[in-house]
Amino acid sequence: MSGRVEFLQGNEACAEGAIAAGCRFFAGYPITPSTEIAERMSERLPEVGGVYVQMEDEIGSLAAVIGASWAGVKAMTATSGPGFSLMQEHMSFAAMTETPCVVVNVQRGGPSTGQPTKASQSDVMQARWGGHGDYEVVALAPSTVQEMYDLTVECFNWAERLRVPAVLLADEVVGHMRERVILREDVETVDRELPEEGEEVREPFPLEPDDLVPPMPVFGRGHRVHVTGLTHDERGYPATDDPEVHRRLVRRLCNKVRKRARRIHESVGYDLIERESDLALVAYGGCARTVLEAAEELNATVFRPRVIHPFDPDLVRRLLDGYEVLVVEMNLGQYVEMIERALDAECVHALEYPGGYPPTPERVIEEAERLQG
Amino acid sequence: MNWRDLIRWERMPHILCPGCGNGTILNVLVRALAEKFEAGELDPDRTVLVSGIGCSSRLPGYVRLDSLHTTHGRPLAFATGLKLANPDLEIIVLTGDGDAAAIGGNHLIHAARRNLDVTVICSNNLIYGMTGGQVSPTTPEGAKSTTTPYGNPEPPFDLCELVMGAGAPHVERWTTAHPQQLKRAIHRALERDGFSFIDVLSQCPTNYGRRNDLKSPREMLEWLRENTSTKDEPGKIRIGILRDEERKPFHERVHELIEEVSGDEEGG
Repeated sequence: MSGRVEFLQGNEACAEGAIAAGCRFFAGYPITPSTEIAERMSERLPEVGGVYVQMEDEIGSLAAVIGASWAGVKAMTATSGPGFSLMQEHMSFAAMTETPCVVVNVQRGGPSTGQPTKASQSDVMQARWGGHGDYEVVALAPSTVQEMYDLTVECFNWAERLRVPAVLLADEVVGHMRERVILREDVETVDRELPEEGEEVREPFPLEPDDLVPPMPVFGRGHRVHVTGLTHDERGYPATDDPEVHRRLVRRLCNKVRKRARRIHESVGYDLIERESDLALVAYGGCARTVLEAAEELNATVFRPRVIHPFDPDLVRRLLDGYEVLVVEMNLGQYVEMIERALDAECVHALEYPGGYPPTPERVIEEAERLQG
Repeated sequence: MNWRDLIRWERMPHILCPGCGNGTILNVLVRALAEKFEAGELDPDRTVLVSGIGCSSRLPGYVRLDSLHTTHGRPLAFATGLKLANPDLEIIVLTGDGDAAAIGGNHLIHAARRNLDVTVICSNNLIYGMTGGQVSPTTPEGAKSTTTPYGNPEPPFDLCELVMGAGAPHVERWTTAHPQQLKRAIHRALERDGFSFIDVLSQCPTNYGRRNDLKSPREMLEWLRENTSTKDEPGKIRIGILRDEERKPFHERVHELIEEVSGDEEGG
């Protein structure tokens, strides 16, 4: 891994990751605890020829990002809970129009205004199902400042590959902590596939493209395409009354992500530390940091996914079948529901820990010991 | 270029009601664009239509150009991203009174304040047509709609005053009864650098006229002609060029700043 070593805040590392990934457009709205991303982008983007704009709200922010993406530029926004709620309208629009874009959610406590300066993981389900309609996104959860950098790059790459909104599902712990980070220079970046310039694209949304992702006919290159959030046929024209067109469209929007679940998990990676134990701890994001320490103390196996969505039940079964599983998360039980669907639900337990801080290793150990009787 | 080449004929018949003012707006818009393309003043491959939700926002889908049919009230926010990311694009935003002034009011005033270089054509038919005739922010006081069955208790917005107050440098108001003037207004708007706003008073016979003693499209057009004036006349709605000034557009300021900063970077 070659690059510049720095001591940065997670939010700053996220901004640097975005620039390394090729992001040249950022639209945002200030909100704690994500604001440092916007601040860093406003300073850094002009240096590399990119555009920063502060919009009038979070709704407009993601709209501008989607507009920039259709102008052919990699684009991102960053927010937290209440802002993420406002963005759901356009998460849904980005999914429907197959617009690559990255949305960073530095999670804080909710519902509503909740705990602006405290950590949370209570938007796990909102990341997937916050907008209306059937769609899938890619969502990645960083546990370190290094991963705030690396997984931001991964978000851009998966957004571009699959033409989906990708969510960096960070939290206040990793957003605000400072750590050593290597700003890698050798990052692999992916660019969306484009049709040939100057060619009119008569079927921009084929119902069954090869690999389920059609090339993106970005504007200003002579493709003459109509892009709409309405249910559309292969020509991109509204076809709202045809049940079969709708079924095929939403099935493809979901399948292009779902069918790649294993590939995404393998490519982005996960931590699995196997120990001689009947107990496996599961945690992600900022909360995983204390859980890793507790697992060592308990001599328990620990699984830390980086990919939250799409979920890969086969992977979880392969890794965790036969264990008593304790899922630790800073909410009242969200990721644990997916684990329960993959495993024998009776073997799955939760340490639900909202409140603003991850549980201490001692608290996790106490829960594990109680479980083991 | 002939305007006929700009229509997606395979999408006909369109969804608009007989007598709808949006037909006139589409007609005038494609003729103005065809003239601009013919004269070499605009490049069709770099001209983009952006719209929100509502009857008028369906128009881009009938035009053979790149077009983005977005969410309710937000076309100007999408256009902000498009224009800043690719300043070579010529962007025309098609919107309506509900889209622009109710749900999209915030984006409207901020796009005007920034002086985003777009041409906004607002089909102002005083009603929510697509959903069946509910009161809008421009419905006159006392008018009937499906949600003001006893008459509208609210005063309406003057959209031109609103965007001028927010800083829009080029603002005109016309009606669907003035197609030639409207075409010239679109020409001017496309020529101006910066935020151009054209408020087009338009008829919705289906959902406004028939509930407000204007039984036919013809009656509505006559009403528009008789009750508007290019001069300040008492009791009449002022139409014409309401403001025509120059102000540096947003994308130019942003890109000058980028050049300055990135140039300094290279130099330093």
